[in-house]
Amino acid sequence: MFLKQYLIPRLIQYVLVILLGITAVFFIPRLLPNDPVLRTIAEMRARGAYLEPGAMDKIISDLQQMYGLEGSWFDQYLAFWGRLFRGDLGVSFFQFPTPVLDLIMTALPWTVGLLLTTTLLSWAIGNLIGGFAGYYADRSWSRTLDAIAMVVRPLPYYIFAFALLLLFAYLLRWFPVSGGARLGMRPSWTWPFIQSVLWHSVLPALSIFILSAAAWFQTMKLVVQNVNAESFVAYAKLSGVQESRIVSRYVIRNALLPQITGLGLSLGLIFSGALITEIVYSYPGLGTLLYNAIVNGDYNLIMGITIFSIIAITTSVLIVDLMYPFFDPRIRYM
Amino acid sequence: MGDAILRAEALRAFYALDIYGKTKIIQAVNDVDLEIRENEVYGIAGESGCGKSTLLKALAAAIEPPLRLMGGKVVYRVNGAEIDVATLSQEEKRRLRMTYIAYVPQGSMSVLNPVMRIRDTYRDFIESHLDVRQKGEAFALAREHLVELGLPPKILDAYPHQLSGGMRQRVTIALATLLKPRIIIGDEPTTALDVVVQRGVVQLLRDVQSRLKNTIVLVTHDMGVHANIADRIGIMYAGKIVEEASAERIFGAPTHPYTRYLIDSLPRFGDKTPRESVPGSPPSLANPPSGCPFHPRCPHAMEICKREMPGFTRVAPDHRVACWLVGEGSYGKAA
Amino acid sequence: MRLFRDLLRDVRFAVAFWVLCLLLTFAALSLFSPYDPTRWGQVPRDLRPSAEHWLGTDSNGQDVFWNATFAVRNSLIIAVIAGVVSRIIAVIVGMVAGYRGGSWDRALMFLSDSLLVIPLFLIIVMMAMLIRASLNLATLGLLLAFFGWAWDARLIRSQILSLRERDFTQTAILSGTGTLKLVLNEYMPYAMPLIFSTLINNMAWAIGLEITLAILGLLDMSIPTLGTMLYWAINYQAILLGRWWWVLTPITLSVMLFIALYWLSVSISEYLDPRTRVQRVGA
Repeated sequence: MFLKQYLIPRLIQYVLVILLGITAVFFIPRLLPNDPVLRTIAEMRARGAYLEPGAMDKIISDLQQMYGLEGSWFDQYLAFWGRLFRGDLGVSFFQFPTPVLDLIMTALPWTVGLLLTTTLLSWAIGNLIGGFAGYYADRSWSRTLDAIAMVVRPLPYYIFAFALLLLFAYLLRWFPVSGGARLGMRPSWTWPFIQSVLWHSVLPALSIFILSAAAWFQTMKLVVQNVNAESFVAYAKLSGVQESRIVSRYVIRNALLPQITGLGLSLGLIFSGALITEIVYSYPGLGTLLYNAIVNGDYNLIMGITIFSIIAITTSVLIVDLMYPFFDPRIRYM
Repeated sequence: MGDAILRAEALRAFYALDIYGKTKIIQAVNDVDLEIRENEVYGIAGESGCGKSTLLKALAAAIEPPLRLMGGKVVYRVNGAEIDVATLSQEEKRRLRMTYIAYVPQGSMSVLNPVMRIRDTYRDFIESHLDVRQKGEAFALAREHLVELGLPPKILDAYPHQLSGGMRQRVTIALATLLKPRIIIGDEPTTALDVVVQRGVVQLLRDVQSRLKNTIVLVTHDMGVHANIADRIGIMYAGKIVEEASAERIFGAPTHPYTRYLIDSLPRFGDKTPRESVPGSPPSLANPPSGCPFHPRCPHAMEICKREMPGFTRVAPDHRVACWLVGEGSYGKAA
Repeated sequence: MRLFRDLLRDVRFAVAFWVLCLLLTFAALSLFSPYDPTRWGQVPRDLRPSAEHWLGTDSNGQDVFWNATFAVRNSLIIAVIAGVVSRIIAVIVGMVAGYRGGSWDRALMFLSDSLLVIPLFLIIVMMAMLIRASLNLATLGLLLAFFGWAWDARLIRSQILSLRERDFTQTAILSGTGTLKLVLNEYMPYAMPLIFSTLINNMAWAIGLEITLAILGLLDMSIPTLGTMLYWAINYQAILLGRWWWVLTPITLSVMLFIALYWLSVSISEYLDPRTRVQRVGA
């Protein structure tokens, strides 16, 4: 039952979403009216990219291969997948001839570090505080937190990160304005470098953390108020179960279930938000890589980042989905 | 039949709902006097929305906003001493639950915590009241108790969704009796179950009562269940008790017109005449009718019924009715 | 109208409503602007706020106040196009999935689930990059509409599913009402509040993306929007040069807009959904 009704549909969905997403990436440049190769070259020239002799020929043949001007669309499509399976995302036009995958892999640790810590922390802390705030909804601290969340939550990542940057980096000068570590420092496992990394990551991390913690706080508060109205909570109260047990084992534990599903569904949004936040702080992760690719018209790099992100995000969502049954016995023992 | 163990005096409990600046008062329990005795099953009957579940909450000392106690009091007799529950602290009230007064909820899918095994629910309920030192002790106690009640101990390992509705309800009854409370109150414990399962649950409640010799207060709209189990029955209408008597007299000599409708609507063996249900619909508790709240639906309504709520008349030693048809309300008051 | 009076008693709704009225008035002022929003160098550059230029002027030689009226107007136009068009898609998908059920339901919900899981922002960036030349208010609105319906289609579907269980559906089907008529006459009135509250959320989402795309330089920079205003301010290092009036104007306006839209949608959905509404009751 569990296999058939829960696991297999999710695995099928996982494969199909990746298939669909990457197919979209393949077709988008093809469905648009003008010649992608000429346009890309024109774009690069317009932005004054300097190209070494010989590089242009390689780029043109690369582009033709990537956009598939050889053979029918179907052949092109198969060739596209063939390259993907070999882990070949082509080369960057701007930082020619560095493979796109290498650029992504250099930027990835920064993004993963930032995203993983902020996502998990904001989920855990937002839900914990939201859980208590929902249970004690009429206390003044609960109302105060709710009021703060009402103001913070609607702000988009860009505006919020920018506001923090203005306040703490330009006005108060407490934190560095940009970058992932002090300029000229070589990455190493030494204390000064780690310190510098942590110092530079405070503002970007705080931007993502506050925005998503506010969102988890609010949804959790609402879910808890609904769980609170469930009969098993009323029953436990009327049976004199200690309040600490009711809050943690009855209310919060049940309210976390929709929040786990919610985490899966919002990973894509959080990821996009993190990219934008990185851009604001010139944090050397995927977001800034994307920004440079856009500014330089490096379409191949954008495509590579997109394909990579589709796979990474859908896989993370799958992992969250597969973890859900551990928390909900109704799924585990269907 | 013993002395009073649970008393309500002129009890009034209203819901105060604040809907976008407008306060709406729902008079769910309006001036109720009750005396429930040791070692009896007291049934409270009435249509849904008459305030019987709210009365139960008040009796269980579980009044929480938006429900408010507007007047009167509830008195428990614990170990011979009378206690006004309003004087108890939250923690004192909590300690009385399950040990002195236990609660059996309305049967529903979500009456037990869905993410915990039954044994963990048992553990929480036990450890909240007993000082359990050893790890397996609570579990052993739960197991022993289930065997005593004739339930399979292996259900302790099950999750609530794996049990049938009847089994879940038996588990809640087992939990309620675990610490041998003097009073068990049940809020429609049989309502969501089918008839055959209902019988089993009622039987279990009866067994429990005869073993513990304690008091059961049972709220249900189902007169059939009352006929099966109750010693005395109070009929509730629009937040008020309108008639109270032993079960024999309620079924044999119903006096209030509303009670008569309730009894007449029961199917009887061999009788093929169509059953008559109460005409009209229950009154709104936010805006109850003047005088006797039943007068708009009453076939015998008189002029005075519209103006004044009758007091109680004692028509037999243990039988009181609040109706102008019966008397002047010389005994006690109902409003 | 009673609904409106009830809502106005909610502080958040009242604040949001008046802030939105203010912003709409502000946007309407663009009709009386003495300047052409697409032309530069119409006023002296980089002036501080003064009686003549209320919010100063920018490095492009535009008056910040009047430029901002156009920015708010254009951002709202994009948001309305995106919101309304994606509502149409969401309603059709949600109703078909909810009403037809079966394989229609599975296919449509798979599609919307996919849109939820895929990092849409990157796909939108890819497309914006390729059609940048032709990206005006309408095409940007349509582009966002094309991607912004998935979540709301789900909400509408689940509402239709619950409506389908109700008696009137059976009555209507038995009395021979056509599917389209049934959906339009019987279901739409129930779904309308939900559609409206998702519209507001979707508009906020669209403005947020518009700002982001503008910052990335993916829009036509000669059209004033909240995003392009901010783009030029950052591009000219307005922060380092201390031209706060230029940076803070679009930031303040967009913060007001986002908070007002959010509060509006929260108070409306709380009013509509009895489960969240219960919380405001009592105590």
